Amino acid sequence: MTAADFIPVLIQILLAIGLGGAILTASVIFGQRARRNRIKDTPYECGMPPAGPGRTRYSVKFYVTAMLFILFDIEVVFLIPWILSYREFLVNGIPIIGPIAVFFGIFILGLIYELKKGAIQWEK
Amino acid sequence: MDIFFILFALLTVVPAFLMVVTPNPVAGAVFLILSFIGMACLFVLLEAFFLAVLQILVYAGAIMVLFLFIIMLLDVREVEKLRPNTVTAAAAGVSLLLLVLGLIAVLAGDGLSGQLLSALPAVPDYPAADEPLGLAQKVKAYGYGLFTKYMLPFQLTGILLLIAMIGVIVLSKKRAAEEGAESAGADS
Amino acid sequence: MELVPLLLKILYAAIMLVVVLTIAGYSVLIERKVSAYQHGRIGPNRTTTPFIRPIPVIGPLLTRLGIIQLPADGLKFLFKEDFTPPYVNRPFFWAAPLIAFVPSLAVIAVIPFGQYTSPLTGEMIPLVLAPMDLGVIFVLAIGSLSVYGVVLAGWGSNSKYSFLGGIRSSAQMISYELSLGLSIFPVFLWMNAPGSDAGLSLSSVVEAQNTMWFLITCPLSAFLFLVGIFAETNRLPFDMAESETDLVGGFHTEYSSFKFGLFFVGEYGAMAVGSALFVLLFLGGWNFLPFLANPWPAGWIGSVLSVLWFLVKVVGMITFFVLIRWTLPRYRFDQVMKLGWTVLLPLAIANLIVNAAAVAIHDLW
Repeated sequence: MTAADFIPVLIQILLAIGLGGAILTASVIFGQRARRNRIKDTPYECGMPPAGPGRTRYSVKFYVTAMLFILFDIEVVFLIPWILSYREFLVNGIPIIGPIAVFFGIFILGLIYELKKGAIQWEK
Repeated sequence: MDIFFILFALLTVVPAFLMVVTPNPVAGAVFLILSFIGMACLFVLLEAFFLAVLQILVYAGAIMVLFLFIIMLLDVREVEKLRPNTVTAAAAGVSLLLLVLGLIAVLAGDGLSGQLLSALPAVPDYPAADEPLGLAQKVKAYGYGLFTKYMLPFQLTGILLLIAMIGVIVLSKKRAAEEGAESAGADS
Repeated sequence: MELVPLLLKILYAAIMLVVVLTIAGYSVLIERKVSAYQHGRIGPNRTTTPFIRPIPVIGPLLTRLGIIQLPADGLKFLFKEDFTPPYVNRPFFWAAPLIAFVPSLAVIAVIPFGQYTSPLTGEMIPLVLAPMDLGVIFVLAIGSLSVYGVVLAGWGSNSKYSFLGGIRSSAQMISYELSLGLSIFPVFLWMNAPGSDAGLSLSSVVEAQNTMWFLITCPLSAFLFLVGIFAETNRLPFDMAESETDLVGGFHTEYSSFKFGLFFVGEYGAMAVGSALFVLLFLGGWNFLPFLANPWPAGWIGSVLSVLWFLVKVVGMITFFVLIRWTLPRYRFDQVMKLGWTVLLPLAIANLIVNAAAVAIHDLW
C-alpha cells in the first residue's frame, strides 16, 4: 500500500465537500426570499424575548469530561499495535502478558479513581 | 506527488498562520484543526499511515474538542477586544526567532541522528522484509518495538497519563468544593 | 497517473456517494413508515407526480408506499427560505452543516460492499474503492471529526438552545467514542493470528466470518458497538443533540432550508454508514448465513448477489435503528454520561481483558 492508494479516499472527500457546497449554493439560489422583521431576527426562545447573551457559561464538568476523554483515548490508541502483535508475541514466547497486564492495571487504576471520585457524576 | 505536497503543505501552513493572527479564539481552534488535517495528509505522503490516522484521531478529534470546550467557556467577545501587549509580542517574536535559528543549527549539523535511541538496550528488530510492508504489518512492527525495546517508556507513558487523570480530577474537585462553600456562605 | 483510471475512480466515488445518499434518503422514508406503523398510522401515502399516477397498478402502489416522498422532501428543502439570522456568527453558521455532512460520506471509500470470485482462479476479491488494512481505525478517526459540525453549529448559532444542544451532544459523542473503539478490539485480537496480515481491515473481518458471525462469538462486543453507534449517530435513546422535549431542536434550532437539510442528511448518512459497519463487523458482511457456505457463484452474478445481500442486511439494520427510536424513551443527559462512563467503559475494558486472556489460553495450550 502506497500513498497513491489513498487517491480514492481523497476523491471521495473532495466529492463530499463539493456536493455539500453545491447543495448550500443551490439552496441560496433557489430559496424563497421573505421579508425580515425584528421579531423574526431574535433568537428562538419559545416565543419569549431573548434574555441575556446567547452563549451562557456552562459547567466545568464538560471540560473534565473532555480531558478524561483525551487521556483514555491515548491509552486506547496505545492498544492498537498491541492488538496486532499480541498473538504473534504469545506464540513466539516473547513476554507480553505481564507488561500488558501492568498497563491495563494502570488503566483500570485511573478508571477506578475517576469513578470513586465521581468525576463524571452530573447530578448532585 | 509534488503537487500534492505543495497543496497539503499549504493546507498545513496557511491555517497555522491564520490561527496565530485571528482575533477570534474559536476561529483559531478551527484553523488549528485544519492545520492538523493538513499535517495528517503530509504523513500520508510520507507513507506513515498509522501516524496520519492517529494525528486525526487524537489531535484533530480529541484534543481540539477540549480546546473548543475551554474556549467556549470564556467570554469570546471580551477576548476579541484584547490587543496584544507590545512586550509580550516582542518576546514572542524573539522566541520564535531563537527557535527557528536553533532548529536550523541542529539540522545543519549532524541532526538528531538517534543518539538517544541507540543507547537503549539492543533487542532484535522486527524481521526486515524485502518488499514494502502492508499498513497493518507496519503497525505490527511498531508494536513489536513498542512492547520490547521501548517497554519502559511505554509503561511510563501509562503512569504519566494516570497522573494527568488524577490531576484533572483533583483540580476540578477542589474547584467544586470551593464553589459549594461559596454558595453555602451566600445562603446563610 | 493516466487520465482514464482517474476518471473511473471519480466515477466510482460518485456512484458510491449517490448510493449512500439514496440509502440515507430512503431511510427517512423507512423511519416515517415504520413509525407510522408503530403508531397505528399510515405514513406518507399521497405524494405523486403526473407521470407516475396514470401507470396502472404500479403507479398507485408507488404512491401508497411513499416512494416519491423523498424527492418531494428534497425539493421542499431547496425552495424554502434560506434564512441566516442576524445574530449568528456567519462563517461558523455556514460551515457547520458542511462539517456535519462530510465525515460520514468521506469514509465510504474504505467500506467494502461485496465480493468478486474469479471464475478462473477461484480467488476472492472484495469490492471496495480503497482497500485499506487500517480501515476500522480510519473510519473511527474521520467519524470523530463529525463532532465539530455539532459543536460549531451550537456555538455559531449564538442561541441558548443551540449552544446547550451542541455542548451536550459533543460531550456525549466523545464519551461514547471510547467504548466504541474498545468494543471492536476483541474481534481484531482474535483475527490477528500469528502470520496473518488481517490487520484492521474491514474486508478481512468479513472473510473471517465466512461460516461464523462475530455476533455469536463476541456478543458483548457487538452489544457495546451497537450502543456506541447509537450514541455516535445521535439516535434515540441518545438524542442529546436535539432532545426536542427540553432543547426545542438542539444544535439546529436556528437552521432552515437546506442548511438544516444537510444536518438531516448527514445524520441519516451516518446511520447508514454505522449500520454498514455493524453488518461488516458482526453480521458477516455479505456472507450468507452463519454455519452455511456462501451460495454466491463465481463471476459477476455472484458479485451482484453478494452486494444485494449486504444491502439487505444494511437496510435491516437501519430498520432496527428506527424500531429502537420509537420503542425506547430518551435518556436524560446525566444518565447518558453515567451510562457511558460507569457502565459501558468498564464493561468494554473487561470484555477486552477477558478476550485477551482467552486468546492467551487458546494460543499457549
